[in-house]
Amino acid sequence: MDRAKAIADKITSKHPGTKLEWVKPRRLKVSAPASMIKDVALFARDSLGFDHISTVSGVDWIAKNALEVVYFVGSTVPGQEGFVLALSERVPRDNPVVSTLIGVWRGAEYHERETHEMFGLNFQGHPDQSHLFLPEDWNDLPPLRKDYVSPGR
Amino acid sequence: MRMTLESEYSPDADRIMAVSLGPQHPGAGHFRIRLWLDGDYVVKALPDAGYVHRGEEKMGEYRNYTQNVPHLERPVILDSSNILFAYSLGVDELMNSKVPPRAQYLRVIMSEINRIISHMYFIAIQGLFLGHTTMITWCMGDRDFWIDLGERIAGARVTFAYIIPGGVRNDIPEFAIEKGLKTCDWFEKRMGEYEKIFYDNPMVHQRSDGVGVLSRDDAIAFGATGTVARASGLALDVRKDEPYSSYSDFEFKTPVLTQGDSWARAYVALLDMRESVKIIRQALKGLPQGPVRLKLGPQPRVPAGEVYSRTEAARGEMSYHIVSDGSPRPYRLKIGVPSAKNLRALPHLLKNVHIADIPVIYWSLNYWPVEADR
Amino acid sequence: MVVAQQQKAGTFQVLVGKIDDVLQYAIGDPLRYLANWGRLYSLWPVHLETACCSVEVGAAAGSRFDIERFGTLEAFGSLRACDLIIVMGTVTRKLAPRLKLIYDQMAEPKWVIAMGACSITGGLYFDSYNVLRGIDDIIPVDVYVPGCPPRAEALIQGIVLLQEKIRRMPTLSGR
Repeated sequence: MDRAKAIADKITSKHPGTKLEWVKPRRLKVSAPASMIKDVALFARDSLGFDHISTVSGVDWIAKNALEVVYFVGSTVPGQEGFVLALSERVPRDNPVVSTLIGVWRGAEYHERETHEMFGLNFQGHPDQSHLFLPEDWNDLPPLRKDYVSPGR
Repeated sequence: MRMTLESEYSPDADRIMAVSLGPQHPGAGHFRIRLWLDGDYVVKALPDAGYVHRGEEKMGEYRNYTQNVPHLERPVILDSSNILFAYSLGVDELMNSKVPPRAQYLRVIMSEINRIISHMYFIAIQGLFLGHTTMITWCMGDRDFWIDLGERIAGARVTFAYIIPGGVRNDIPEFAIEKGLKTCDWFEKRMGEYEKIFYDNPMVHQRSDGVGVLSRDDAIAFGATGTVARASGLALDVRKDEPYSSYSDFEFKTPVLTQGDSWARAYVALLDMRESVKIIRQALKGLPQGPVRLKLGPQPRVPAGEVYSRTEAARGEMSYHIVSDGSPRPYRLKIGVPSAKNLRALPHLLKNVHIADIPVIYWSLNYWPVEADR
Repeated sequence: MVVAQQQKAGTFQVLVGKIDDVLQYAIGDPLRYLANWGRLYSLWPVHLETACCSVEVGAAAGSRFDIERFGTLEAFGSLRACDLIIVMGTVTRKLAPRLKLIYDQMAEPKWVIAMGACSITGGLYFDSYNVLRGIDDIIPVDVYVPGCPPRAEALIQGIVLLQEKIRRMPTLSGR
């Protein structure tokens, strides 16, 4: 836990706008405003060794009128393999525009595409935001939004 | 002369032919690859997933933590224990529950049995795609011995639903321990035969050596995990990196190869199975006594919180992002499956290869579309 | 006079009917039986994997269960030469048009086995936004094999049931 805390301190001291959400053994979650997430990501990749994208997740906080996108990034640096950095940003639900992080982690491409279709998050700068998993003719709300009710329910 | 990638979409490039491989194709089940071909060469390939997208994550929000157990193993019934393992670890962490040591060992045993079952299927189909019929008949037959062992422990044939939050569903019967040790002994000899007939086969070498090479840097950049990463010289193994559930008690190695081609990706699976047999034997011999599950009740209350749990599944790092708001149902349940993590490498590897190499490269990624689509 | 003529015509019709029956028994039935017997043990399934039940089809085709003993291959590439679809599990909204297209491309006679709970009713995915609640809305089903996933033995039983159905098929064309 101390080491994860030390990594988190490095990020928060380097980028004062970021906030440490929680820290657990080998896990830390840092949230950043949408304007500076790319700088934080580059710092995490180049200086802290978080170079191996694990997955990208989204959360629909409908009560707080926010959509959250979380990048889970692992590391391949020897001795730091077990650590996972969760880098998150929140955007309003009615204008969910975030900038893509493919330039930082190339492997995020399909994960971002999935998050786009499931939550309606718009990744600016993403080369291809067509449907990955949903059918081509899907014209409903993005299914993982909380106000979308599955037809069987 | 082959055309360059720049001219692929221009209307003059009428020698470029667009072909759809799948979803009904012997080389790609449940999955489609859109190909742009120049003669026998692939100029560009784009995967088209989603034929088995069943909305597991949305349905996970409708069901409580216990009802999710049989649901979550359906995406990958080849590897059903490992996908539940990460989920159970996540819920255990949220509930702050300490799993009894016997349950931890049983979880490890079942997870390793499933790793072997999954890898056997992988090698069998890899043999099929290479035209090596012996491998599919042997592996499909031998795989059933491990499925039988799993059935004796858990009671179901492939969908074990054995690893649940708070422990395992039932104790291991005494005769299954004996049978497990026997199966381990037999299988270790059997793997030597696989090596002789499949991996040392000149035909297999010719068709998969140097085919679909993924460099170490690309493996890192694309976020490849599991067998794909380890064949490219990337020593990633969650069992070693964060020894969950008593994995630190066992002696095993993480096999790493550096070639990064299709042969290495198939060979890593065999080396993985060797280590799995070692782990199963150690765990069966040193099984501690005690209870096998905590009493959580039919509808466990999970405190509010957020967790990212991960395990090493057969295909790579299986991870869950669970957000709980204190209600009996998860607020958000993200399944980070290894197949989806390895998918990004496919269009990269399929550039400038022969058409005949497509099935070999595609299957060597150990890609299971049902798992990737969820 | 008129009555006698009518009686004569009636006798003639009865005679023609009798000859028809005799021909049916003597040639039609053996021919139908022969054709159906030929179809019975050479079922060629389409290589269409729809979901996780394909693992059990793979196991059934493996050396332990070996469905080739019952005259069924695991899968075959060309649709024009196929006469059986084993729908191996869930059919999603994205796959449904493709499934119909594949079915339409196959030559008559053709049969469908719905394998697994998902392809029968939607199964565990009854409330999913992307899953069809049973494939019988889009293609006709001959044999249902329940289970999630069905064991290999259950699939073999389904194939034997289908063969029984083919044996008793009333017409040569299959429909």
